Amino acid sequence: MDGMHDLGGKQGFGRIAYPARPHDETWEPLARALSAWAVKNRHYNMDEYRHAIERMAPIHYISAPYYERVLTAAATLLVEKGVVTAAELAARVDGTFPLSLPLGPGREAVPPQSFAIGETVRVRNLFVPGHVRMPGYIRGKQGVVVHISPPYPFPDAHAHNMQAAEEPTYDVRFRSTELWPESADEAFVHVGVFQSYLEKVRNRA
Amino acid sequence: MTDTHTASLDQRTRALESALADRGLLPPGFVEEFTAHAEEQWVTANGARMVARAWTDGDFRERMLKDGRSAAAEMGFGMPEHHRHLVVLENTPDIHNLIVCTLCSCTAYTIIGAAPDWYKDMEYRARVVRESRTALKEMGLDLPASTEIRVWDTTADTRYMILPVQPPATQGWPADRLADIVTQASMIGTERLDGVGTPAAAKE
Repeated sequence: MDGMHDLGGKQGFGRIAYPARPHDETWEPLARALSAWAVKNRHYNMDEYRHAIERMAPIHYISAPYYERVLTAAATLLVEKGVVTAAELAARVDGTFPLSLPLGPGREAVPPQSFAIGETVRVRNLFVPGHVRMPGYIRGKQGVVVHISPPYPFPDAHAHNMQAAEEPTYDVRFRSTELWPESADEAFVHVGVFQSYLEKVRNRA
Repeated sequence: MTDTHTASLDQRTRALESALADRGLLPPGFVEEFTAHAEEQWVTANGARMVARAWTDGDFRERMLKDGRSAAAEMGFGMPEHHRHLVVLENTPDIHNLIVCTLCSCTAYTIIGAAPDWYKDMEYRARVVRESRTALKEMGLDLPASTEIRVWDTTADTRYMILPVQPPATQGWPADRLADIVTQASMIGTERLDGVGTPAAAKE
């Protein structure tokens, strides 16, 4: 989905707070541990977790510190899986306990295809309502396959309680100046692109 | 109750904890044990030791560049099962690698330690794919125009770390001494250890 989380290349941001400012948030280790407990006990997978964060209302996402997103995803998924209820969470706090918006349908992978190292490929012009692990900035762009990673479950299905076939991810190298002509610093940008997001580039004979 | 303010994060976190504990799902001591494990085992020193060994042991360097996950395992460092691959990116005097996750904040946290706040902030995630040189300069790393920048966006569950260039002045040092100079930022790519892009006057 084209959510608030998809930040690569978005403009208007100012200086990075670097190095980090010290802060003391005592609830953060607890939020991290509860999330780890849920993953360890296989209540949800990492694609469901990431999508639960993406499903936070945009204004909630953008105003939430990192570990609030972790907590919100864990609570949302544990409610959706029937482990706890939203009502009891709300009853245990003074005020509201915001959760993520409901899960929509996912989608299957495309039939297997293959790409070779050195091949120029194009990222499909995809607009997906559910989870997608393709940053918007590479949509429709061409790059070169420079490496192939071990297969992973197709995230667009895996985040939606669907059987997810495993497929390779291709390390595709893009030129920043082709991603953002006239307004990027010169660099190569490497993205791990799932096979289903790619299509062949027809070479002119 | 007509109170509609959002509960504090402390309260919300404890609400989830108590809901799980009251059902007998969350074992007593889990939170303390997990937190201690994370803080003691998943530390920057792991990656630093891998880097130092790669600087002093050519065979290990080759193995690490070919298969980072098994090189980490060789040194006793585990990775979660969904991190199926660790790609080690080699900096050179003329090539500079930089890691980001634009969609969330993924890192090889068991190897380089938990990501710092700036890595998870929107500014870093939005800017470094598009304005890498400018953003790095603002962070104190002013790379020469001739340096090729390679930005790696962690969109799948493959994880990355950078093998920095060894500072020339440290040639001949033993690995344990070298490990002490390797920083988390140098393994993410917002810092170099060999002085490239870091004028002496700017060093603090």
